[in-house]
Amino acid sequence: MSKIHVTTTINGEPAEFLTEPQMSLLDILRDEMHLTGSKEGCGSGDCGACSVIMDGRVVCSCLVLGVEAEGKDITTIEGIATGEDLHPVQRKFLEHAALQCGFCTPGLIVATKALLDRNPDPTETEARYWLAGNLCRCTGYDKIIRAVMDAAAEMRGA
Amino acid sequence: MSSLSYAAPTSVNEAVGILAGAQGLAKIMSGGTDLLVQLRSGRTKPDIIVDTKKIPGIMGIKEVDGGFVIGAATPCSVIGEHAGMNAAYPGVVEASGLIGSTQVQGRCSLAGNLCNASPAADSVPAMIAARATAIVVGPGGQRAVPVEQIVTGPGRTSLAKGEFILEFHLPKPAPRSSDAYLRFIPRTEMDIAVVGAGVSLTLDASGVITDARVALGAVAPTQVLVPEGAKALIGSKLDDAALAKLDAAARAVCNPISDKRGTIDFRIKIAGVLARRAAAIAYKRAGG
Repeated sequence: MSKIHVTTTINGEPAEFLTEPQMSLLDILRDEMHLTGSKEGCGSGDCGACSVIMDGRVVCSCLVLGVEAEGKDITTIEGIATGEDLHPVQRKFLEHAALQCGFCTPGLIVATKALLDRNPDPTETEARYWLAGNLCRCTGYDKIIRAVMDAAAEMRGA
Repeated sequence: MSSLSYAAPTSVNEAVGILAGAQGLAKIMSGGTDLLVQLRSGRTKPDIIVDTKKIPGIMGIKEVDGGFVIGAATPCSVIGEHAGMNAAYPGVVEASGLIGSTQVQGRCSLAGNLCNASPAADSVPAMIAARATAIVVGPGGQRAVPVEQIVTGPGRTSLAKGEFILEFHLPKPAPRSSDAYLRFIPRTEMDIAVVGAGVSLTLDASGVITDARVALGAVAPTQVLVPEGAKALIGSKLDDAALAKLDAAARAVCNPISDKRGTIDFRIKIAGVLARRAAAIAYKRAGG
């Protein structure tokens, strides 16, 4: 089986890889690009642990074929911080202890960033609905929502 | 699985050619939110995936002569953000917005929701109520098919080998018309409809209903139109008598199954309730 050559942009940097047709973008990110921050929870688009931003929209990278990354602009959890400076969403997740095992955290942070890029002042209800596709079995979500709302407030300069 | 190949044609003709020449099972991919799940689980074993998203016109929404042309693979999040669609077809917008999570919304499409052919597909009753037409392309050229004629049973469609949907047409809405979609799920988000109801209404200046379409989901092997329900509404101002007739007509067309989401009796009862409630919302939106 011949592999397909894909040219894309990952976290602002040009990237290229070889993929087989059935490989998911998540497979490529983790196994080929060695960006292991995105997690495979369910592999069926239910849990959100593999969330990445593709051309401005948050998607489950397990439900994207690697070959579909051609020409796209992809942001993973590894691209959220600026160098050593954590993104406000990352800082607030730490401050509010909005994680326990941490497996869902990369997906939640990526999905939250996508939310706040689009809607800097979400209501709690809007935040909860936006994040309904990111499952967490540890926190009960309350601390996550507090971190999201606090991050939004800080980013608005409130 | 190792023999799977992938094509992303950049024109309808190229896609039709690939599908005509495909050996074995060819699967059309739009957003892939159903197809890739089925691929991983082994429920489908395609020999080739034909990704339609690079075909011109299949992504995006155009307003044409007051109506709408929605590219078949347009992500539902794009539909939800479209001001014209929100104003003209809020029922179609709310139905397509119920498909999956934010992540799924960024990929899932009307064509995928329709051609996956689940009886519970949320966007389908709303599209049927709104008189949406699917533009089907294939080796025989192009044909316009009312959406209610696409699904023939669970997982089955009327599309012939090599055919796929290029776009959906929604007619120019009449003055004082609107639509609504409601579904029942036992939680607030991220679930599959136990029953879904789409209603589209047009009123005259005095608030009398002059045109109606009612469609139900998840109560039969396919989505079903409820012509008797529409008839019961036309000529009324959505009074209790008309609503009672609608309720009875909706229950009468149900042919559901019992499963973990709901029993036959429950689904039939809820079909009547949701039809009434969706009609009330559509009536209010239409200015009644």
